[in-house]
Amino acid sequence: MNINATLFGQAIWFALFIWITMKYVWPPLQNAMHARQKQIADGLAAAEEGKQSLAQSALRADEEITKARARATEIVGQAEKRVSQMIEEAKNAARNEGNREKAAAKAEIEQEVSRAREALRLQVAALAVSGAEKILRREVDAKTHADLLQAVQAEL
Amino acid sequence: MSTQTTGEYISHHLTNLHVGHGFWTFHLDTLIISGGLGLLVFGAMAYAARQATAGVPGGWQNFVEMVATLVDNQVKDTFHGKSALVTPLALTIFVWVFLMNAMDLIPVDFLPQVVHHSGVEHFKFVPTTDPNLTFAMSLTVFAIYIGMNFIHKGVGGLLHEALTVPFGPWLAPINLMFRIVEDVAKPISLALRLFGNMYAGEMVFILIALLGVWQLPLALPWALFHILIITLQAFVFMMLTVVYMSMAAESH
Repeated sequence: MNINATLFGQAIWFALFIWITMKYVWPPLQNAMHARQKQIADGLAAAEEGKQSLAQSALRADEEITKARARATEIVGQAEKRVSQMIEEAKNAARNEGNREKAAAKAEIEQEVSRAREALRLQVAALAVSGAEKILRREVDAKTHADLLQAVQAEL
Repeated sequence: MSTQTTGEYISHHLTNLHVGHGFWTFHLDTLIISGGLGLLVFGAMAYAARQATAGVPGGWQNFVEMVATLVDNQVKDTFHGKSALVTPLALTIFVWVFLMNAMDLIPVDFLPQVVHHSGVEHFKFVPTTDPNLTFAMSLTVFAIYIGMNFIHKGVGGLLHEALTVPFGPWLAPINLMFRIVEDVAKPISLALRLFGNMYAGEMVFILIALLGVWQLPLALPWALFHILIITLQAFVFMMLTVVYMSMAAESH
Protein backbone atom coordinates (compact mmCIF):
# COMPACT_ATOMS: atom_id res chain seq x y z
CA MET A 1 0.00 0.00 0.00
CA ASN A 2 1.67 3.15 -1.13
CA ILE A 3 -0.19 6.35 -0.50
CA ASN A 4 0.96 9.17 -2.75
CA ALA A 5 -0.14 12.23 -4.65
CA THR A 6 -2.65 10.14 -6.66
CA LEU A 7 -4.84 10.83 -3.63
CA PHE A 8 -5.19 14.49 -4.60
CA GLY A 9 -5.92 13.67 -8.21
CA GLN A 10 -8.63 11.22 -7.16
CA ALA A 11 -10.10 13.71 -4.72
CA ILE A 12 -10.35 16.24 -7.53
CA TRP A 13 -12.07 13.70 -9.80
CA PHE A 14 -14.46 12.79 -7.00
CA ALA A 15 -15.27 16.43 -6.24
CA LEU A 16 -15.83 17.10 -9.94
CA PHE A 17 -18.24 14.20 -10.27
CA ILE A 18 -20.13 15.18 -7.13
CA TRP A 19 -20.44 18.66 -8.55
CA ILE A 20 -21.71 17.38 -11.91
CA THR A 21 -24.28 15.15 -10.21
CA MET A 22 -25.34 17.90 -7.85
CA LYS A 23 -25.73 20.51 -10.54
CA TYR A 24 -26.55 18.76 -13.80
CA VAL A 25 -27.94 15.33 -12.97
CA TRP A 26 -30.03 15.28 -9.83
CA PRO A 27 -32.01 18.58 -9.93
CA PRO A 28 -33.31 18.29 -13.52
CA LEU A 29 -34.04 14.61 -13.00
CA GLN A 30 -35.89 15.34 -9.80
CA ASN A 31 -37.86 18.12 -11.49
CA ALA A 32 -38.87 15.83 -14.32
CA MET A 33 -39.90 13.09 -11.90
CA HIS A 34 -41.88 15.49 -9.74
CA ALA A 35 -43.55 16.98 -12.80
CA ARG A 36 -44.48 13.49 -13.98
CA GLN A 37 -45.78 12.59 -10.55
CA LYS A 38 -47.95 15.69 -10.58
CA GLN A 39 -49.16 14.94 -14.10
CA ILE A 40 -50.15 11.42 -13.11
CA ALA A 41 -51.86 12.65 -9.96
CA ASP A 42 -53.73 15.29 -11.95
CA GLY A 43 -54.72 12.73 -14.54
CA LEU A 44 -56.06 10.38 -11.88
CA ALA A 45 -57.95 13.21 -10.24
CA ALA A 46 -59.41 14.25 -13.60
CA ALA A 47 -60.44 10.67 -14.32
CA GLU A 48 -62.12 10.46 -10.92
CA GLU A 49 -63.88 13.75 -11.55
CA GLY A 50 -65.01 12.57 -14.96
CA LYS A 51 -66.38 9.38 -13.48
CA GLN A 52 -68.27 11.34 -10.86
CA SER A 53 -69.72 13.79 -13.34
CA LEU A 54 -70.70 10.90 -15.58
CA ALA A 55 -72.58 9.28 -12.72
CA GLN A 56 -74.15 12.62 -11.91
CA SER A 57 -75.28 13.25 -15.46
CA ALA A 58 -76.63 9.71 -15.72
CA LEU A 59 -78.66 10.44 -12.62
CA ARG A 60 -79.86 13.72 -14.07
CA ALA A 61 -80.70 12.06 -17.37
CA ASP A 62 -82.78 9.48 -15.49
CA GLU A 63 -84.56 12.26 -13.70
CA GLU A 64 -85.20 14.08 -16.94
CA ILE A 65 -86.54 10.93 -18.56
CA THR A 66 -88.88 10.30 -15.64
CA LYS A 67 -90.07 13.90 -15.79
CA ALA A 68 -90.54 13.75 -19.54
CA ARG A 69 -92.48 10.51 -19.24
CA ALA A 70 -94.76 12.03 -16.60
CA ARG A 71 -95.27 15.08 -18.78
CA ALA A 72 -96.05 12.91 -21.82
CA THR A 73 -98.61 10.94 -19.81
CA GLU A 74 -100.11 14.19 -18.65
CA ILE A 75 -100.28 15.55 -22.18
CA VAL A 76 -101.87 12.37 -23.49
CA GLY A 77 -104.40 12.52 -20.66
CA GLN A 78 -105.18 16.12 -21.43
CA ALA A 79 -105.55 15.34 -25.10
CA GLU A 80 -107.92 12.48 -24.37
CA LYS A 81 -109.95 14.70 -22.12
CA ARG A 82 -110.01 17.40 -24.74
CA VAL A 83 -111.07 14.89 -27.39
CA SER A 84 -113.97 13.59 -25.32
CA GLN A 85 -114.88 17.18 -24.51
CA MET A 86 -114.82 18.09 -28.17
CA ILE A 87 -116.97 15.09 -29.05
CA GLU A 88 -119.40 16.09 -26.32
CA GLU A 89 -119.45 19.66 -27.60
CA ALA A 90 -120.00 18.51 -31.16
CA LYS A 91 -122.84 16.26 -30.00
CA ASN A 92 -124.45 19.13 -28.12
CA ALA A 93 -124.07 21.48 -31.05
CA ALA A 94 -125.59 18.91 -33.38
CA ARG A 95 -128.45 18.32 -31.01
CA ASN A 96 -129.11 22.04 -30.69
CA GLU A 97 -128.96 22.52 -34.39
CA GLY A 98 -131.39 19.65 -34.91
CA ASN A 99 -133.76 21.08 -32.36
CA ARG A 100 -133.64 24.48 -33.95
CA GLU A 101 -134.27 23.05 -37.41
CA LYS A 102 -137.12 21.03 -36.05
CA ALA A 103 -138.67 24.12 -34.43
CA ALA A 104 -138.27 26.14 -37.62
CA ALA A 105 -139.90 23.41 -39.64
CA LYS A 106 -142.75 23.17 -37.14
CA ALA A 107 -143.27 26.93 -37.29
CA GLU A 108 -143.31 26.87 -41.06
CA ILE A 109 -145.75 24.00 -41.09
CA GLU A 110 -148.00 25.87 -38.70
CA GLN A 111 -147.74 28.95 -40.82
CA GLU A 112 -148.58 26.91 -43.90
CA VAL A 113 -151.53 25.34 -42.08
CA SER A 114 -152.93 28.69 -40.95
CA ARG A 115 -152.48 30.11 -44.41
CA ALA A 116 -154.33 27.14 -45.92
CA ARG A 117 -157.06 27.50 -43.31
CA GLU A 118 -157.38 31.19 -44.16
CA ALA A 119 -157.66 30.41 -47.87
CA LEU A 120 -160.12 27.64 -47.12
CA ARG A 121 -162.16 29.98 -44.92
CA LEU A 122 -162.28 32.57 -47.70
CA GLN A 123 -163.33 29.96 -50.21
CA VAL A 124 -166.02 28.60 -47.82
CA ALA A 125 -167.24 32.14 -47.19
CA ALA A 126 -167.34 32.85 -50.90
CA LEU A 127 -169.10 29.54 -51.44
CA ALA A 128 -171.64 30.36 -48.70
CA VAL A 129 -172.19 33.83 -50.09
CA SER A 130 -172.63 32.52 -53.61
CA GLY A 131 -174.99 29.86 -52.20
CA ALA A 132 -176.95 32.47 -50.38
CA GLU A 133 -176.90 34.67 -53.49
CA LYS A 134 -178.34 31.82 -55.49
CA ILE A 135 -181.10 31.38 -52.90
CA LEU A 136 -181.88 35.00 -52.43
CA ARG A 137 -181.20 36.20 -55.99
CA ARG A 138 -183.66 38.93 -55.94
CA GLU A 139 -183.95 40.14 -52.48
CA VAL A 140 -180.35 40.46 -51.95
CA ASP A 141 -178.74 43.36 -53.66
CA ALA A 142 -175.03 42.94 -53.61
CA LYS A 143 -174.60 46.61 -53.32
CA THR A 144 -177.10 47.18 -50.54
CA HIS A 145 -176.06 44.25 -48.47
CA ALA A 146 -172.35 44.50 -48.96
CA ASP A 147 -171.94 45.31 -45.23
CA LEU A 148 -173.87 42.24 -44.29
CA LEU A 149 -172.01 40.02 -46.74
CA GLN A 150 -168.68 41.22 -45.56
CA ALA A 151 -169.69 40.61 -41.94
CA VAL A 152 -170.71 37.04 -42.81
CA GLN A 153 -167.52 36.60 -44.73
CA ALA A 154 -165.43 37.79 -41.73
CA GLU A 155 -167.43 35.57 -39.41
CA LEU A 156 -166.68 32.52 -41.48
CA MET B 1 4.43 -15.06 -20.24
CA SER B 2 6.24 -18.35 -20.05
CA THR B 3 9.38 -16.48 -19.07
CA GLN B 4 7.67 -15.09 -15.95
CA THR B 5 7.61 -16.86 -12.63
CA THR B 6 4.36 -16.94 -10.72
CA GLY B 7 5.57 -14.22 -8.38
CA GLU B 8 6.59 -12.02 -11.24
CA TYR B 9 3.25 -12.55 -12.94
CA ILE B 10 1.34 -11.53 -9.82
CA SER B 11 3.45 -8.50 -9.02
CA HIS B 12 3.31 -7.46 -12.65
CA HIS B 13 -0.45 -7.35 -12.32
CA LEU B 14 -0.27 -5.39 -9.10
CA THR B 15 2.06 -2.63 -10.26
CA ASN B 16 0.60 0.71 -11.25
CA LEU B 17 1.53 2.76 -14.25
CA HIS B 18 3.10 5.71 -12.50
CA VAL B 19 5.07 8.90 -12.96
CA GLY B 20 7.01 10.85 -10.36
CA HIS B 21 9.02 9.86 -7.32
CA GLY B 22 8.38 9.35 -3.63
CA PHE B 23 5.22 10.98 -2.42
CA TRP B 24 4.77 12.91 -5.66
CA THR B 25 4.00 9.77 -7.61
CA PHE B 26 0.88 9.71 -9.74
CA HIS B 27 -0.81 6.44 -10.62
CA LEU B 28 -1.79 7.29 -14.17
CA ASP B 29 -3.81 4.12 -14.68
CA THR B 30 -6.02 4.80 -11.66
CA LEU B 31 -6.47 8.45 -12.60
CA ILE B 32 -7.24 7.75 -16.27
CA ILE B 33 -9.61 4.81 -15.77
CA SER B 34 -11.55 6.34 -12.88
CA GLY B 35 -11.69 9.76 -14.51
CA GLY B 36 -12.63 8.35 -17.90
CA LEU B 37 -15.38 6.15 -16.45
CA GLY B 38 -16.66 9.03 -14.37
CA LEU B 39 -16.72 11.50 -17.26
CA LEU B 40 -18.46 8.93 -19.43
CA VAL B 41 -21.18 7.91 -17.01
CA PHE B 42 -21.83 11.28 -15.40
CA GLY B 43 -21.76 12.95 -18.80
CA ALA B 44 -24.33 10.42 -20.02
CA MET B 45 -26.42 10.93 -16.91
CA ALA B 46 -26.26 14.72 -17.25
CA TYR B 47 -27.34 14.28 -20.86
CA ALA B 48 -30.28 12.11 -19.77
CA ALA B 49 -31.21 14.65 -17.10
CA ARG B 50 -31.00 17.52 -19.59
CA GLN B 51 -33.28 15.70 -22.00
CA ALA B 52 -35.53 14.53 -19.19
CA THR B 53 -39.19 15.31 -19.69
CA ALA B 54 -42.20 14.71 -17.54
CA GLY B 55 -43.64 12.63 -20.38
CA VAL B 56 -42.94 8.97 -21.04
CA PRO B 57 -39.22 8.50 -20.34
CA GLY B 58 -36.98 6.83 -22.90
CA GLY B 59 -34.82 3.81 -22.11
CA TRP B 60 -31.70 5.55 -20.84
CA GLN B 61 -33.62 8.25 -18.99
CA ASN B 62 -35.78 5.56 -17.44
CA PHE B 63 -32.72 3.63 -16.28
CA VAL B 64 -31.06 6.72 -14.81
CA GLU B 65 -34.30 7.65 -13.06
CA MET B 66 -34.57 4.13 -11.68
CA VAL B 67 -31.07 4.22 -10.22
CA ALA B 68 -31.55 7.75 -8.90
CA THR B 69 -34.87 6.80 -7.31
CA LEU B 70 -33.31 3.73 -5.69
CA VAL B 71 -30.54 5.85 -4.20
CA ASP B 72 -32.95 8.61 -3.21
CA ASN B 73 -35.21 6.15 -1.40
CA GLN B 74 -32.25 4.86 0.58
CA VAL B 75 -31.27 8.41 1.44
CA LYS B 76 -34.83 9.30 2.47
CA ASP B 77 -34.98 6.26 4.76
CA THR B 78 -31.77 7.16 6.52
CA PHE B 79 -31.20 10.88 6.23
CA HIS B 80 -34.07 12.90 7.65
CA GLY B 81 -32.74 16.41 7.19
CA LYS B 82 -33.06 18.53 4.09
CA SER B 83 -29.94 18.74 2.00
CA ALA B 84 -29.24 19.37 -1.67
CA LEU B 85 -25.96 17.50 -1.33
CA VAL B 86 -26.65 14.13 0.21
CA THR B 87 -28.61 12.46 -2.58
CA PRO B 88 -26.26 13.61 -5.37
CA LEU B 89 -23.30 12.54 -3.22
CA ALA B 90 -24.79 9.10 -2.65
CA LEU B 91 -25.71 8.77 -6.32
CA THR B 92 -22.20 9.72 -7.41
CA ILE B 93 -20.63 7.21 -5.05
CA PHE B 94 -22.92 4.36 -6.00
CA VAL B 95 -22.63 4.77 -9.75
CA TRP B 96 -18.92 5.56 -9.83
CA VAL B 97 -17.81 2.86 -7.42
CA PHE B 98 -20.03 0.32 -9.13
CA LEU B 99 -18.51 1.05 -12.52
CA MET B 100 -14.93 1.05 -11.26
CA ASN B 101 -15.55 -2.23 -9.44
CA ALA B 102 -17.12 -3.65 -12.58
CA MET B 103 -13.79 -3.26 -14.38
CA ASP B 104 -12.85 -6.32 -12.36
CA LEU B 105 -15.10 -8.45 -14.59
CA ILE B 106 -12.90 -7.85 -17.63
CA PRO B 107 -10.52 -10.82 -17.86
CA VAL B 108 -7.33 -9.99 -15.94
CA ASP B 109 -4.95 -10.39 -18.86
CA PHE B 110 -7.07 -8.92 -21.61
CA LEU B 111 -6.58 -5.17 -21.22
CA PRO B 112 -2.97 -5.40 -19.92
CA GLN B 113 -2.09 -7.38 -23.04
CA VAL B 114 -3.77 -4.79 -25.23
CA VAL B 115 -1.84 -1.88 -23.70
CA HIS B 116 1.31 -4.00 -23.57
CA HIS B 117 1.35 -4.00 -27.35
CA SER B 118 1.31 -0.21 -27.35
CA GLY B 119 4.39 -0.20 -25.14
CA VAL B 120 2.92 0.23 -21.68
CA GLU B 121 4.46 -2.24 -19.26
CA HIS B 122 2.22 -2.00 -16.19
CA PHE B 123 -1.44 -1.12 -16.11
CA LYS B 124 -3.97 -1.82 -13.33
CA PHE B 125 -7.47 -1.72 -14.65
CA VAL B 126 -9.50 -1.72 -11.44
CA PRO B 127 -9.15 1.72 -9.86
CA THR B 128 -10.82 0.62 -6.63
CA THR B 129 -7.90 -1.77 -5.96
CA ASP B 130 -5.77 1.34 -5.52
CA PRO B 131 -5.93 2.57 -1.90
CA ASN B 132 -5.21 6.08 -3.14
CA LEU B 133 -8.61 6.15 -4.78
CA THR B 134 -10.53 4.65 -1.88
CA PHE B 135 -8.81 6.96 0.61
CA ALA B 136 -9.38 9.96 -1.62
CA MET B 137 -13.07 9.15 -1.65
CA SER B 138 -13.36 8.38 2.04
CA LEU B 139 -11.41 11.49 3.03
CA THR B 140 -13.58 13.64 0.79
CA VAL B 141 -16.64 12.11 2.41
CA PHE B 142 -15.02 12.76 5.79
CA ALA B 143 -14.41 16.40 4.90
CA ILE B 144 -18.07 16.78 3.92
CA TYR B 145 -19.00 15.02 7.17
CA ILE B 146 -16.99 17.54 9.21
CA GLY B 147 -18.47 20.42 7.24
CA MET B 148 -22.03 19.11 7.77
CA ASN B 149 -21.30 18.79 11.48
CA PHE B 150 -20.32 22.45 11.67
CA ILE B 151 -23.21 23.64 9.55
CA HIS B 152 -25.91 21.72 11.39
CA LYS B 153 -24.62 21.89 14.97
CA GLY B 154 -22.39 24.94 15.02
CA VAL B 155 -19.04 25.02 16.78
CA GLY B 156 -20.64 25.12 20.23
CA GLY B 157 -23.02 22.26 19.55
CA LEU B 158 -20.29 20.12 18.05
CA LEU B 159 -17.96 20.77 20.99
CA HIS B 160 -20.74 20.06 23.44
CA GLU B 161 -21.54 16.79 21.70
CA ALA B 162 -17.88 15.75 21.51
CA LEU B 163 -17.32 16.47 25.20
CA THR B 164 -20.52 15.08 26.74
CA VAL B 165 -21.47 12.04 24.65
CA PRO B 166 -21.62 9.24 25.72
CA PHE B 167 -20.53 9.52 29.40
CA GLY B 168 -21.73 12.98 30.44
CA PRO B 169 -19.79 16.17 31.17
CA TRP B 170 -17.70 14.76 34.07
CA LEU B 171 -15.76 12.44 31.81
CA ALA B 172 -15.16 15.03 29.08
CA PRO B 173 -11.60 13.96 28.15
CA ILE B 174 -12.64 10.34 27.72
CA ASN B 175 -15.66 11.41 25.69
CA LEU B 176 -13.45 13.49 23.44
CA MET B 177 -11.02 10.62 22.98
CA PHE B 178 -13.87 8.30 22.11
CA ARG B 179 -15.19 10.78 19.63
CA ILE B 180 -11.82 11.24 17.94
CA VAL B 181 -11.28 7.50 17.61
CA GLU B 182 -14.82 7.07 16.33
CA ASP B 183 -14.44 9.78 13.72
CA VAL B 184 -10.96 8.79 12.59
CA ALA B 185 -12.16 5.23 12.18
CA LYS B 186 -14.81 6.35 9.72
CA PRO B 187 -12.69 7.25 6.68
CA ILE B 188 -10.22 4.46 7.38
CA SER B 189 -12.84 1.74 7.59
CA LEU B 190 -14.66 3.16 4.57
CA ALA B 191 -11.52 3.18 2.43
CA LEU B 192 -10.06 -0.11 3.62
CA ARG B 193 -13.32 -2.02 3.25
CA LEU B 194 -13.67 -1.15 -0.41
CA PHE B 195 -9.97 -1.53 -1.14
CA GLY B 196 -9.69 -4.85 0.69
CA ASN B 197 -12.70 -6.40 -1.00
CA MET B 198 -11.72 -5.36 -4.49
CA TYR B 199 -8.03 -6.13 -4.01
CA ALA B 200 -8.84 -9.59 -2.73
CA GLY B 201 -11.28 -10.20 -5.55
CA GLU B 202 -8.72 -9.09 -8.11
CA MET B 203 -6.12 -11.31 -6.47
CA VAL B 204 -8.39 -14.32 -6.75
CA PHE B 205 -8.91 -13.56 -10.44
CA ILE B 206 -5.12 -13.40 -10.93
CA LEU B 207 -4.59 -16.67 -9.07
CA ILE B 208 -7.32 -18.35 -11.11
CA ALA B 209 -5.65 -17.05 -14.27
CA LEU B 210 -2.48 -18.88 -13.18
CA LEU B 211 -4.18 -22.28 -13.26
CA GLY B 212 -3.81 -22.75 -16.99
CA VAL B 213 -6.71 -24.66 -18.49
CA TRP B 214 -8.40 -25.05 -15.10
CA GLN B 215 -9.16 -21.34 -15.02
CA LEU B 216 -11.99 -21.93 -17.46
CA PRO B 217 -14.40 -23.66 -15.04
CA LEU B 218 -13.30 -21.44 -12.15
CA ALA B 219 -13.23 -17.92 -13.57
CA LEU B 220 -16.92 -17.88 -14.49
CA PRO B 221 -18.34 -18.84 -11.06
CA TRP B 222 -16.00 -16.39 -9.37
CA ALA B 223 -17.01 -13.64 -11.79
CA LEU B 224 -20.68 -14.37 -11.13
CA PHE B 225 -20.08 -14.26 -7.42
CA HIS B 226 -17.99 -11.16 -7.84
CA ILE B 227 -20.92 -9.31 -9.45
CA LEU B 228 -22.56 -9.55 -6.06
CA ILE B 229 -19.49 -8.14 -4.29
CA ILE B 230 -19.17 -5.32 -6.83
CA THR B 231 -22.73 -4.18 -6.27
CA LEU B 232 -22.63 -4.79 -2.56
CA GLN B 233 -19.44 -2.79 -1.99
CA ALA B 234 -20.75 0.13 -4.03
CA PHE B 235 -23.97 0.00 -2.04
CA VAL B 236 -22.17 -0.28 1.32
CA PHE B 237 -19.91 2.69 0.56
CA MET B 238 -22.95 4.74 -0.43
CA MET B 239 -25.05 3.63 2.54
CA LEU B 240 -22.32 4.33 5.11
CA THR B 241 -21.75 7.76 3.59
CA VAL B 242 -25.44 8.54 4.00
CA VAL B 243 -25.38 7.23 7.56
CA TYR B 244 -22.40 9.46 8.39
CA MET B 245 -24.19 12.43 6.84
CA SER B 246 -27.27 11.77 8.92
CA MET B 247 -25.07 11.45 12.04
CA ALA B 248 -23.57 14.81 11.16
CA ALA B 249 -26.93 16.44 10.60
CA GLU B 250 -28.76 15.09 13.64
CA SER B 251 -27.77 15.90 17.18
CA HIS B 252 -27.97 13.10 19.71
